[in-house]
Amino acid sequence: MATAARDPAARQAALFEFLVRVGDNALILGHRVSEWCGHSPALEEDIALSNTALDLIGQTQLWLGLAGEVEGKGRSADDLAYLRDGYDFRNILLVERPNGDFGRTLMRQFLFDAWHYLLLKALKGSSDQRIAEIAEKAFKEVSYHLDRSRDLIIRLGDGTAESHRRMQEALDEHWPFTGEMFTSDALDAELVEAGIIPAPQGLKTGWDEIVAEALTEGTLKKPADGYMHKGGRRGVHTEHLGFILTEMQFLQRAYPGATW
Amino acid sequence: MYAQMVKTDAARVRSLEEMEPHERAFQERIDAGQKIEPKEWMPEGYRKTLVRQISQHAHSEIVGQLPEGNWITRAPTLERKAILLAKVQDEAGHGLYLYCAAETLGISRDQMYEQLHSGKAKYSSIFNYPTLTWADIGAIGWLVDGAAIMNQVPLQRCSYGPYARAMVRICKEESFHQRQGYDALMRMVKGTPAQKAMVQDALNRWWWPSLMMFGPSDDASVHSAQSMAWKIKQNSNDELRQKFVDQTVPQAKYLGLTIPDPDLKWNEEKGGHDFGEPDWEEFFNVIAGNGPCNAERLDARKKAWSDGAWFRDGLTAHAEKVADRRAAAKIAAE
Repeated sequence: MATAARDPAARQAALFEFLVRVGDNALILGHRVSEWCGHSPALEEDIALSNTALDLIGQTQLWLGLAGEVEGKGRSADDLAYLRDGYDFRNILLVERPNGDFGRTLMRQFLFDAWHYLLLKALKGSSDQRIAEIAEKAFKEVSYHLDRSRDLIIRLGDGTAESHRRMQEALDEHWPFTGEMFTSDALDAELVEAGIIPAPQGLKTGWDEIVAEALTEGTLKKPADGYMHKGGRRGVHTEHLGFILTEMQFLQRAYPGATW
Repeated sequence: MYAQMVKTDAARVRSLEEMEPHERAFQERIDAGQKIEPKEWMPEGYRKTLVRQISQHAHSEIVGQLPEGNWITRAPTLERKAILLAKVQDEAGHGLYLYCAAETLGISRDQMYEQLHSGKAKYSSIFNYPTLTWADIGAIGWLVDGAAIMNQVPLQRCSYGPYARAMVRICKEESFHQRQGYDALMRMVKGTPAQKAMVQDALNRWWWPSLMMFGPSDDASVHSAQSMAWKIKQNSNDELRQKFVDQTVPQAKYLGLTIPDPDLKWNEEKGGHDFGEPDWEEFFNVIAGNGPCNAERLDARKKAWSDGAWFRDGLTAHAEKVADRRAAAKIAAE
């Protein structure tokens, strides 16, 4: 009965941390994707991108909403999104990386989607009913995200020489930011033990399979696993996050207390 | 809507007696309220006019993503962000239906893009104005989508089937867009004095450009007369503008805002408002490319297209490879 003996406050803190991590990933990636609005290479892509961003923002509302509830200090999803500074954000570094060309945007999406898909799939079986319910809804959306990004990675990898080169460069550039998805700390361990979340490192095999299969089909070369950047999950970010927040939080910061 | 001053190639509207038999039969079908479908015979002028109008409308939806997209990353709440994303997504969808409707008339989407990028095809003047504050996003929903609905509702009865049917779906979504805009402004005028001032400032800047969306008076225009005879257009620009003003004035009053027109007053006799004349010199300048954002809007679209060439080429190359592999596999199997 190791779990029952745990300190409920510690459990609550770990749960809040997890919810903010998963919510911030959706929020920051949704922000990045929405930056493309009206500027993508084809009308169908404009539609798909705004759809993806919309799904991610919807998921943000659910995850951060629950985070506020768990925390019990009266903070809403909006409070968490708009009134925290960078060091309180818990998204992985990969999702805050700049969009770059469309190939980099798609590759970032694919590497994230493959992981997001597996995470949500596992969370559908969470011992916390509230988490299982959000995961159920988000999983449907993310299955579609993964179908789309995987399909495009393959087609562009095995397209023209130029599209192949761009996709390979995108892959090489993002690769050192993928390791963070599989890192874990004491907070994760607490929740894993309670059956609330899957062990982060446990998702690696499945992710490797999805990624390897798509890369092979797209004639892309999987980079060697070298040094992996990390820090976002504990609030240490790249310089990019500050600018995202400056833009995103402008109105809430400039007009404190106003309702919109 | 978003089509302004669409030319018809007509020197004057001809009577039924003056027409060749097939043209006369065509006109009689239109007069009887029948829909014209893609593969049926149509006068070249009718086809060209529709291509101009529908492509201009489609381009407006696509360029229209830019001023609103400008605020997605700065939307003040997650809910407002989601609503704006959904709206902009709808607009890209409208562009897609409209390009498809135009394609039934024998022009490709790539050709239409080329016309947009070269400046040959126009888009609505309204999207050449900047979105400077969050209130502008509400004002666009309220006024710009409101004006668009005024124009588009009659287009559901347009004589060309694919355009009329596209418009049915578009109108449903536009009315949601207008409501969300008004709702956003309502929230703001009930908020702090700074928020209310922001809304009034947005109205001051968007009022006249919204009235210009209907185009200058076309009572004497042969193009309008021809478009009406073909039932591509159902109402004159002035009629629609009047309707828009009459609908919008009480809404502004409800929000506690002042419409920036000293000549605006209720005219009991005509049962509508009298109002001032928009600055048509400004309008013609915006149409001619001199609006505050013309260069930026067009450059953004051109850049999206040229930066994305490798992406589109890559997908085409892949599709060809797959087709070749299938063909080779088929031969090997035989």
